[in-house]
Amino acid sequence: MLEGAPVLKLDTCCKSYRVGAFGGGELLAVHDVSFEVARGEVVALIGESGSGKSTIGKMILRLLSTTRGSIMFDGVDLSTLSGRKLKEYYGDVQGVFQDPFSSYNPIFKTDHVFKMLRHEYFSGLTAPEWQTKLERSLEVVSLDPGEVLDKYPHQLSGGQLQRMLIARALLLDIRLLVADEIISMLDASTRIDVLNLLGDLKARGLGILFITHDLNLGNYISDRTMILWRGNVVEMGATERVFGNPLHPYTKNLLASVPQLHSKWEDVQEEALPSSGGRLVQVEEGHFVASLSSNGKVC
Amino acid sequence: MSLNVNELTVYYRSLRGDVKAVDGATFEIADGEIMGLAGESGCGKSTLGKSLIRMDARMRYISGHVELDGVELPVWDDSKMNAFRFEKVSIVPQYALSALNPTRRIGTMAKELLASRHVELDIVLPELKRRLELVGLSENVLHRFPIELSGGMKQRVVMVISSLLNPSLLIADEVTSALDVSTQRAVAELLVEFRDREFVKSTIVITHDLSVLYQIADTILVMYAGKLAEKARADEIINSPEHPYTKLLLSSLPEVGVRFAERRLNGIPGRPPSLLEPPAGCRFRARCPFAFEKCAETPPFARVEPDRFAACWKVPPC
Repeated sequence: MLEGAPVLKLDTCCKSYRVGAFGGGELLAVHDVSFEVARGEVVALIGESGSGKSTIGKMILRLLSTTRGSIMFDGVDLSTLSGRKLKEYYGDVQGVFQDPFSSYNPIFKTDHVFKMLRHEYFSGLTAPEWQTKLERSLEVVSLDPGEVLDKYPHQLSGGQLQRMLIARALLLDIRLLVADEIISMLDASTRIDVLNLLGDLKARGLGILFITHDLNLGNYISDRTMILWRGNVVEMGATERVFGNPLHPYTKNLLASVPQLHSKWEDVQEEALPSSGGRLVQVEEGHFVASLSSNGKVC
Repeated sequence: MSLNVNELTVYYRSLRGDVKAVDGATFEIADGEIMGLAGESGCGKSTLGKSLIRMDARMRYISGHVELDGVELPVWDDSKMNAFRFEKVSIVPQYALSALNPTRRIGTMAKELLASRHVELDIVLPELKRRLELVGLSENVLHRFPIELSGGMKQRVVMVISSLLNPSLLIADEVTSALDVSTQRAVAELLVEFRDREFVKSTIVITHDLSVLYQIADTILVMYAGKLAEKARADEIINSPEHPYTKLLLSSLPEVGVRFAERRLNGIPGRPPSLLEPPAGCRFRARCPFAFEKCAETPPFARVEPDRFAACWKVPPC
């Protein structure tokens, strides 16, 4: 496939949850979100808790259905997939989640997650072939197979477990990885290794949707950034433009609150936020900002 | 000196032996000082914080002394410490979001806590209301149940109640970690506000996030594998770290403006040693690029500049 061609395409996706005692209320968790992820591209989806970022990740992984709009992978609408087609889809798209400890069953050794995969997808391989494939995949994520295989989850560190899950996704030769807060639970000295790994995978042509609440991490690794606020994309564009020239008041407030290592928090006046996100308007090449209805400064 | 900790050693009991979580901690905190206590998970920072107020059943006091405002704290004696808790030493616990009793209204809970110290709620009520207003909460929260408050509100309620009796020492354990960035900033700045208004004399802020400490702390103490590594003014730690661990840790933190494509950061190879049987000598030796023969001996946590301490043979003492 051509470099830069979109692998994943979301078109005006919405998700509403039923809330309240009898499910009578409706909560719009994701509202008209459209974006693309290309081959070899890292797209950061940044938002605070409750902004709908994990909901988007789960919809892409088909763990949740979409209420409206469509998600296309390679031009095929996800909602039409079922049975064998769906299984093929999971051979292309995999997710890794925040808490590596809860992704493993503590009763089984860590190899269990690989065994299930072999059973489902690689039942044709002989044991030595499988072993070679597994070891190669662990080496990609810089793990020593002898150190991590045949161990229980509690014997390994969070960083090792998280890298094993990425290795598991890579075994399938996937084309898109949904990485939902995969760094948050890791320690400072090991989280950068996992981030660098994502960078190396991107160089091999993998598209990555990097979901995070940490702006520094998003800025470090991503090519494009989307800022999500209350289920709406309020700003989207090339990472250096969004961070270098934030235009939406929410993005500005967010950037002013991030603790930095070499500069102190300044006394900035919090900018007033609009009541809801508006339509996205292009302000410079490849940099979109939600239009503000009240003062219209941005448009 | 407000707080004076001398050779404090606290181990955890386990079936496989003692976990040496805090080993020979010696440091001082001045009046009005906000000291950040930083380190990776499992380095003993929370254990050190907790041992200054209450050791839980698994913790075992081994040796050392703690002095607060010239009075020795009986940290080894759970019941004798009771006289100091809340009034002299107070804590905002790590899981403050779940520290509130879900079956009590906030006001009822405050009343019960105060009654345990023989303080009438009515006497401190005006002050309580004033402080709630200061942290941006209306006095109505006293009639609410914890479930009705957001994470940031709960964190602020716990901070106000914990510091209500103006303790000399407040221990804030990971108070900002579970919060969103904008709430995180508001809560972190409250710690400074509480100090400035003299609600608390000195504060220990325990966190793994050095960038938050740089914003609010006066000094930072870095721990590694149960040992103190370095203590200095916050700006010195961040801008000119001396201990190799601090240096490597800081160089692995991404900041806004640093991009993978332009500058690839590196983590610290290896992982911290097991605290069941930590290696002799410097505990960072196996991961340290500057290690040499002398590191087989334990380096002292020595004064290297008038206001600066480091435990490394490569940093010359003054």
